[in-house]
Amino acid sequence: MKALVSVKRVIDYNVKVRVKSDGTGVETANVKMSMNPFDEIAVEEALRLKEAGVVTEVVVVSCGVAACQETLRTALAIGADRAILVETDVELQPLAVAKLLKAVCQKEGPQIVILGKQAIDDDSNQTGQMLAALLGWPQATFASKVVIADGKAQVTREVDGGLETVSIKLPAIVTTDLRLNEPRYVTLPNIMKAKKKPLENLKPDALGVDVAPRLATLKVLEPPKRKAGVKVPDAKALVEKLRNEAKVI
Amino acid sequence: MSAYTAPLKDMRFVLNELAGLSEVAKLPGYGEATPDTVDAILEEAAKFATGVLDPLNHSGDEEGSVWKDGKVRTPKGFKEAYRLYCEGGWSALSLDPEWGGQGLPKLVSTPVTEMITSANMSFSLCPMLTQGAIEAMLLSGTEQLKKTFLPKMFDGSWTGTMNLTEPQAGSDLALVRTKAVREGDHYRISGQKIFITFGEHDLTENIVHLVLARTPDAPEGVKGISLFIVPKFLVQPDGSLGERNAAKCASIEHKLGIHASPTAVMVFENATGYLVGEENKGLAYMFIMMNAARYAVGLEGVAIAERAFQRALAYAKDRVQGRDLVEGAKAVPIIRHPDVRRMLMLMKSQTEAMRALAYVVGAATDMALRHPDKAMRQRNQAFVDLMIPVVKGWSTETGIEVASLGVQVHGGMGFIEETGAAQHLRDARITTIYEGTTGIQANDLIGRKIAREGGATVKAWLQHLQQFDAELAKSKHADVAQMRKALTEGTAAVADSVEYLLATFGKDIKAASTGAVPFLKLMGIVAGGWQMARAALIAEKRLADGAADKPFYDAKIASARFFADQVLSQASGLRTSVLAGGAGALALSDEQFLAA
Repeated sequence: MKALVSVKRVIDYNVKVRVKSDGTGVETANVKMSMNPFDEIAVEEALRLKEAGVVTEVVVVSCGVAACQETLRTALAIGADRAILVETDVELQPLAVAKLLKAVCQKEGPQIVILGKQAIDDDSNQTGQMLAALLGWPQATFASKVVIADGKAQVTREVDGGLETVSIKLPAIVTTDLRLNEPRYVTLPNIMKAKKKPLENLKPDALGVDVAPRLATLKVLEPPKRKAGVKVPDAKALVEKLRNEAKVI
Repeated sequence: MSAYTAPLKDMRFVLNELAGLSEVAKLPGYGEATPDTVDAILEEAAKFATGVLDPLNHSGDEEGSVWKDGKVRTPKGFKEAYRLYCEGGWSALSLDPEWGGQGLPKLVSTPVTEMITSANMSFSLCPMLTQGAIEAMLLSGTEQLKKTFLPKMFDGSWTGTMNLTEPQAGSDLALVRTKAVREGDHYRISGQKIFITFGEHDLTENIVHLVLARTPDAPEGVKGISLFIVPKFLVQPDGSLGERNAAKCASIEHKLGIHASPTAVMVFENATGYLVGEENKGLAYMFIMMNAARYAVGLEGVAIAERAFQRALAYAKDRVQGRDLVEGAKAVPIIRHPDVRRMLMLMKSQTEAMRALAYVVGAATDMALRHPDKAMRQRNQAFVDLMIPVVKGWSTETGIEVASLGVQVHGGMGFIEETGAAQHLRDARITTIYEGTTGIQANDLIGRKIAREGGATVKAWLQHLQQFDAELAKSKHADVAQMRKALTEGTAAVADSVEYLLATFGKDIKAASTGAVPFLKLMGIVAGGWQMARAALIAEKRLADGAADKPFYDAKIASARFFADQVLSQASGLRTSVLAGGAGALALSDEQFLAA
C-alpha cells in the first residue's frame, strides 16, 4: 500500500522569529527555512512502516513556493520514494492545503495519509482534520503510536490526561505528535540518491482547486514584554498570593 | 554551556564566493557537487555534528579514554556516535567511488570535517587517521592488501592508525628502530611506537596499523625505512577475523587536551605485517600524504577557533557586569564593553580569514588533482605546496590564540572547566605540535617551498596580489580602502622578506631559519588579509546589487576592516623580525641562556 506524507517548509525552529515592522506578518527574507518538525516525524513514521513491510511506497507532497522543492529533497534524502510539489506563490491557508491534498489523494490513491499535527509557524492544527472531512475518511490525530493490521490502523493518541487508543479503517488520516518517533539522521549516500528520485510539479489550477485565501490577517504583533516580578517576604505571603490573587491553589 | 552552531552561512559564502565551488564542480568526476547537493550535505552534516558529536565533547573531555589490561574504553556515547557516523556514510565522503566512496571534492569534505572537528575534536581524530591510512594504501598497496582492508576501512568497520613516532624518533624519523624481518610473504615486526592516536579503542572490531620499520639490511637514515600494515586481528582469506596479532597497547598517555582520544603506546612483538609498496620507500609514501595530513591539522585550528569564538560570544551576551561607558546607569552584558568587542572581533575576523584561506587551498587541491589542463594542475599544485605549511602553521598558532582569547572573554569563569572555554585551549594546544611543529612548517616553507625553487611560486603569488590591488582600487568603500592600504603594506613586507630569505638561505641558513616562524606568520596574515579583502570586495558588490542579507555583508566588510587594522597591521613588525636574522637568538652560548 501507498503512504502519502505532507511536508511544509517553515522557519527553522532555531530561528528567533521577528515581526515585520509594518505588522503584516513575520520576517522570512534571509531566514533559515527547514521542514516542519512534526512533518519530519510523519516522514519517519511512513519510512518505518515501509521498512516493516506494511507500506510499499512513500510519496511526499508539499504545497507552496518553488523553494519547497528543497524541503521535498530533504524528505527524499530521509528515504521517501518520490515527491510532488503543488507550486503556487499564493499564501496558502489550511483549507486550501486540505483541498490540494484531497486532489492529490484522489490522483494517487494512498491507503494512509500522514501529516504533522500542526506546523510550527502558524500552529493552525487544522489541515489533517479538514482533509479527513473533505475525503470522508476516518482520522486519528496526535498519534504517539501507529500499528497497522488487517486494513485497520490502531492509533494511540495523546489526549488531555492520558492516552487514547482508537482503531480506524483504512484509508485514513493520521497526524503525528512529538513522541511518535525520533527522526533518523540523513545519510550521505541517501542525499546523493535523493537527487535522482522523481519530483513532480503540479499547479493548483491543474488540480482544479481554488487556493485564494479565505481569511485576512489584520495585524501581527510581537508578544507583550514580560512584566517585572514581585518579591514576596516569605512562604506564607507566597501561598496567600497563589491562593487569592493567582487562584491556582 | 552553549551549544555549537554550524556557521553555514559563512561556509557557503566562502565555498561559493571565495573558493569557487562552481569551478570545482566542473572538474571531471565532480559533477555531483552541485550547489543544492552541497547545501543538503552541509545541512545534514551540521545536524549530525550539533546533534550527536557536540553533546559528547565536554563529557568526553571529563571522562577521557581509559586503559585497562591492554584494552581501551572510549568515553560514554562515543561508540554509538561512531556507529552513526559510519551509518551516515560520512567516512567515505571524498574517497574513491571505486572502493565505495562518494568521490566528492576536497572542497566539499572540508566544511564537513570542520564541523565535525568543531563539535568534537577528539572524535574527529579517529576518522582523520583512518583516512590517512586509506590514502597510503590506495597510493602504494597491492591489490590483495587493498581488497583485504579497504572496503572495511571505507565504511568505517575498521579504523586505521599511523605508527611513526618512537621514543627516540619524534620529528626526526631517521632514528626509527622498529625492526621488520621478512618471513615468506609477510614480515615480523618488533618494536615500540608512541603517540599513536586511536591506537587501541572499543569503537570497532579491528584496527589497521600502518607502521614504519626497518628491514635488517636497510640503509641508515630516512632512506632505510619501510611501511607495513599490521592489523590488530589477522584477516582470514574469507575476510573474517582470525588470530589476535602481537600488536598490543601497553598504555595510553595522560595529556593536556584531547582527553577522549586515546594516545597509545604500541608494542609489537614479532607481529605479522605486510609490506606496503617497496622496501625502504616508506618515508616517501608518508611524504605523499603529508600535505593532506598537515592540511587536516590546519583545519583543526580553524575548527577550534570557531568553537571557542561561539562559546565566548554566547557568554559575552549573557554575562552582565559593569556599566556601559556612555549610557551609564545599569550593568550591561559584557559584549557592550569595547575591549570585549575587540577580543570577539579578533576571534571572529581571524577565524573567517583562516577558513577562507583553508577552503581556497582545498579548492586548489581539487584543481591540482583533476584539472584537464596540465599547466593549471601544476600551477595549483605549486600554490598548494606553498600554502600547506601556512595553513598548518598559521591556523593552528592562531587557533590557540583564539582559544586563549575565549578563556579571557570568560574572565575568571574561563579558568574554570565547567564553562568549557578551557577545554578548547587545551585541545588546541596539540595542533601546533603534531604533524610537524610550527618550527618544522616554517623551515619547510622557507627551504623546500621558497629557497629551493628560487621563490618562483611565492613571487607569482605576490604578482597576483599586485593585480588584485587594481581591483581593490576600484572600490568606493572607505573600509575597503583601508584594507587595501594594509594589504599593500603586508604584500611589501612579504616581498622584502622573500628577497632577504633568498639572499640569506644559502650563505647563512641559521640566520634565515631564525626568521622562519615570523615569516610563516607574516605569510598567514597577508594570505588571510588577501581573502578578507576579496570577501569585502564581494560584499560591497552584493550590497550594491541590493542583496537581501545586508547584515551579513555589512559584517563581512567590518570584519575585513578590523582584520586590516588589528591583524594585518602587524606585518611590518614581523618583517623586522625576519630581517633581523639571527641577531640575539644566535648570540648566546648555551650557558648564557640562564643567568643563575
